[in-house]
Amino acid sequence: MANFSVNINGQIHSLDIDPTTPVLWILRDHLNLVGTKYGCGIASCGACTIHLDDKAMRACVLPISAIGNKQITTIEGLSEAGNHPVQQAWLEHDVPQCGYCQAGQIMTAAALLKDNPKPNEDDIDAAMNGNICRCGTYIRIKAAIKTAAEKM
Amino acid sequence: MTLIKTSIGRRSFIKSTALAGGGMMLGFSWLASCKPSASELLTMPKEWFKINGYLKIGENGIVTIMSPNPEIGQNVKTSMPMIVAEELDIDWKNVMVEQAPLDTSIFKRQIAGGSQSIRQSWQSLRMAGATARHMLKEAAAKLWNVPVSEIDTEAGVLFHKKSGKSAGYGSMASAAAILEVPKEVKLKNVEDFTIIGTSRNNVDGRKIVTGQPLFGLDYRQEGMLIAMIVHPPAFGLKLKSYDETGIKSMPGIKDVFKIHVYNDDYIKEGLDTITFNDLVVIVGNTTWEVMNAKKVLKIDWEPITTTKETKSMWGNTIEVTTPAGLENSDLHSERMKSTAISSAKVVRKDGDPASAFKKAAHIIERHYNAPFLAHNTLEPMNFYANVTAENAELVGPVQTPEFMEKSVSARLGLPLEKVDIKMTRMGGGFGRRLYGHFLMEAALISQKMKSPIKLIYTREDDMTSGIYRPAYQATYRAALDENKNLIAFHVNTGGIMDSPLSANRFPAGAVKNYLAEEWEVPSNITIGAFRAPGSNFIAGAEQAFLDELAEEMGKDPIEMRLELLEKAKNKPVGEKNDYDPDRYSGVLKLIKEKSDWGNSAPGIHRGIAAYFCHNTYVAHVLDIVMVDKNPVIKKVTAAVDCGIVVNPIAATNLAEGGIIDGIGHSMYSAITLKDGVSQQNNFNTYRLIRHKEAPKEIEVHFVKNNIDPTGLGEPLNPPIVGALANSLYKATGKRYYSQPFMGEQKIIG
Ligand code: FES
Ligand code: FES
Repeated sequence: MANFSVNINGQIHSLDIDPTTPVLWILRDHLNLVGTKYGCGIASCGACTIHLDDKAMRACVLPISAIGNKQITTIEGLSEAGNHPVQQAWLEHDVPQCGYCQAGQIMTAAALLKDNPKPNEDDIDAAMNGNICRCGTYIRIKAAIKTAAEKM
Repeated sequence: MTLIKTSIGRRSFIKSTALAGGGMMLGFSWLASCKPSASELLTMPKEWFKINGYLKIGENGIVTIMSPNPEIGQNVKTSMPMIVAEELDIDWKNVMVEQAPLDTSIFKRQIAGGSQSIRQSWQSLRMAGATARHMLKEAAAKLWNVPVSEIDTEAGVLFHKKSGKSAGYGSMASAAAILEVPKEVKLKNVEDFTIIGTSRNNVDGRKIVTGQPLFGLDYRQEGMLIAMIVHPPAFGLKLKSYDETGIKSMPGIKDVFKIHVYNDDYIKEGLDTITFNDLVVIVGNTTWEVMNAKKVLKIDWEPITTTKETKSMWGNTIEVTTPAGLENSDLHSERMKSTAISSAKVVRKDGDPASAFKKAAHIIERHYNAPFLAHNTLEPMNFYANVTAENAELVGPVQTPEFMEKSVSARLGLPLEKVDIKMTRMGGGFGRRLYGHFLMEAALISQKMKSPIKLIYTREDDMTSGIYRPAYQATYRAALDENKNLIAFHVNTGGIMDSPLSANRFPAGAVKNYLAEEWEVPSNITIGAFRAPGSNFIAGAEQAFLDELAEEMGKDPIEMRLELLEKAKNKPVGEKNDYDPDRYSGVLKLIKEKSDWGNSAPGIHRGIAAYFCHNTYVAHVLDIVMVDKNPVIKKVTAAVDCGIVVNPIAATNLAEGGIIDGIGHSMYSAITLKDGVSQQNNFNTYRLIRHKEAPKEIEVHFVKNNIDPTGLGEPLNPPIVGALANSLYKATGKRYYSQPFMGEQKIIG
């Protein structure tokens, strides 16, 4: 057990917890922020993607002890009113099927656009390739990213 | 111990019950506390009036429509209520949608499977809306003292032309709610639809993109513990003993014990499939703590013996033998080959195929195969259970709540009405959640712990515990006369514990001498329905074979199919043919037109395939371009006849998904076995299609007609495998027979 003070979505949380605990389970089990999903636990599907500062990270393999002073953003904190351009584009294109992968897809896409506001097809493919959508919404995801890029 | 100090109030799931559920609807707790979709934009009524099991109307005119069936991503939660709203004649923007509870006294077939949700509920959904509309009209007629036949409605408003009177549905709802349900109502003409056939976005869209709790894995209750299971590491092994020393004292761990899931004398039915009946369970406070304990728990396993079991399969009692042994994929392949020769049963025979093959001028014979597949719903199996001596409350993702309610009731010895199953949104289904053993496991764990628990499968548990798409093989043969006319057709197919054959489908009925045979190989690898069962393999094999056949006959592959269909229409062979040649030709003609077949740009390699299953007709053209000697899927064009399209934007989404799913699995995915152990246990070893590999473009065209709608969850994916194989042939000069195609030759970068 160790004490951690972490900034998640702009709020400071103090936790006394096993330092190896992945951020994914802290979010889901301890803080009831369940928008971040579990899909594989080994950084192979992207369902658990969060932002550490502005970078997309897989929360399932990120121990709480590695956070330090960095700021965590989850899907719940991506925007105040669910109106981040990526979220809006997702609604416009009616992207989700089952929806389970989409929080991770959105977080990866938002990080991509922050880093590269005008990505081309290859940039999108490269950034998104770690995010599996078992339902196969890939085409809509790409279209939504392009729409979001235009609006940002 | 975990200490949490947060500066924001924790969201409580239990306290917000009153938000939307109140009034007349009971027992919605958590599900209703997730505010209905549009509620952010709508003013919530003060009072609800329940008109029937499908809908309630607020005094302010807002309507809540229940979506009866499980939502697995097929979007029924939007499209089913759209059908009710159409007949109710209400503005869609005043509609909120809630997931209905399991209640077979109100709803018909609360199952997600077989692409049947829309098809089988089409009439009852329309009736629900139409009877409610009629009752509102009656209420208005009474109040205004005019004949009900003079009352009209439009978008939630009742009016009487002659007197100029009008009123919103909300103001008539209380009076309507107490009226008798009419014996007969008139349904709208298809031409008058204003909601059906228009695109309406996913009612859960906003919640999904903002990460609201929707899925089974997100569900929680105060005091809930986390449970995980440990199942044998190989098919053919079972639990011998376990050593819990040190485990119970690990942080957060509450208990370690064994469960025996189904009782030995219980006669299992089709959906009671379970791979490992004896499981070790670890229960603790949090997921991470239980995962850690799972890693160190020591368990001894022992080989199973060959067992015989009586099962009730759709009303027939059958004996099923599960052989002992640690099986290998190579052995499966050999066994399938020998069984195909030694034990094939004739399912259909027309004419005299044997003589026709004997006198044939040309015979072509091809072999096809495909491996086991794991469903890999992105949300792994999980379920919440709170079982007490009096009742069982179960919440989570299952495609067959209706069926599982019975199994759980039998296992726990609780009357049916004491077993309450609530449906959450599902992170995918694909057939995996038809088999609800995990729900039973959760119930038994909760019973033992005397506490609410949530059972969670890790990805590895999920991927290695069976219920796979069966491994299949097929041999196709065709006989041609000296003029290259098709005179006989033969299919011999089977698989591990299953045959993918549908003997009465095309080209049965179009060929004078026709033979269809099937067989099964026993195994201890469990299998289950996987999106478009059987068809997901046989369509690709058949359509690839027809492509070779057309080539051999010197015909265009579309023309060749159309000619055969013309024969099946004008002079059908046999009586049981299971397709409508006109609708089948219809999608071929549409794809020909929309893909501009025969006029593709240079460098585009095209493959065509068509299929009919799950009551829907589909044709695909798939275009490949070679980039640095690697084939890249540039575009897929699809033509679909599913009758009336309820919600085009969602229908197209589902079609795209089916196409990508079919391409992905046939190209990349496999479960292979070595000494009973699945060689793939997570997404680093099991390859699923990813962004880069998806087609760059998909264009879906629906046949326009007024035929009652059929499903879309499954029919799109079987034929795409054939279109892919045929297009790969054009692109590489090589035919692809073995799935995953990527396994034969590394073809994509
Ligand atoms: S759950 Fe973290 S990448 Fe899959
Ligand atoms: S929408 Fe189902 S996994 Fe992506």
